[in-house]
Amino acid sequence: MFVNQFLFLAAVLFCIGVYGVVARKNAVLMLMSTELILNSVNINLLAFAMRNGSTDGHTFALYIIAVAAAEVGVGLGLVLLVYRNKKSISVDELSEMRG
Amino acid sequence: MVAQNVGFWVIAVMMVVAALRVVTTNNVVHAALWLVAVLAGASGQYILLAAEFVAITQVLVYIGAVMVLFLFGTMLTRARIGFDSDLNNSYKRLGIPVAVVMMGAMGLALIRSFGDEKLPVSDNIVSTQRVSDQIFGPYLLPFWALSFVLLAAIIGAIVLARKD
Repeated sequence: MFVNQFLFLAAVLFCIGVYGVVARKNAVLMLMSTELILNSVNINLLAFAMRNGSTDGHTFALYIIAVAAAEVGVGLGLVLLVYRNKKSISVDELSEMRG
Repeated sequence: MVAQNVGFWVIAVMMVVAALRVVTTNNVVHAALWLVAVLAGASGQYILLAAEFVAITQVLVYIGAVMVLFLFGTMLTRARIGFDSDLNNSYKRLGIPVAVVMMGAMGLALIRSFGDEKLPVSDNIVSTQRVSDQIFGPYLLPFWALSFVLLAAIIGAIVLARKD
């Protein structure tokens, strides 16, 4: 197996995730695209861990999974709050801070 | 080696197709289910990379917990269960050149840096014991910080979502 096949898979997933963050208007779907990005980073870390024969990448991958879980919890809390105030979770309607 | 390569390509194609469906489908619940396919595929790739503990954690945390959170978020915000044509920005086509340019830059960098370097074939798999020795040894301080992050996230989510 080549190193590059894993790195390319991660790069493709990262770009799809970036496209999702740009194209989506629904806040829940933007959070899902962020999960795609975080997973691609995890694949990269584990590929490099195997390439270098070290365990550090595994530790970082576990930490990233924990941070992603925290991010989803807070993110969905924010989405619920936005929904309660706006009756909509379209991020286009959040324009109070526009100058 | 051949079996691993076949497994890699089958899972990789499945993951890319499912990821494309996540960002293009017009149904929030379908997007969540396609995301399950991507996450399960990622866990398969972790096993191919000899990281069985991370793979199992991925299944437990992502597919078990995070997806439930997403489905609850969908339910509580009363997103339309079913077809919804109002999920994308009006300028969503702008995302395509952004993603393509980024992919080109990353692909060029990857080919130049790694070319056709092969992964080493090692028979000593990284065991869960070595991972835990790392977490509770040199990486203990980040582990503590992470537990505070989780605590803060739990309290923050409760404070944000509470009705008062």
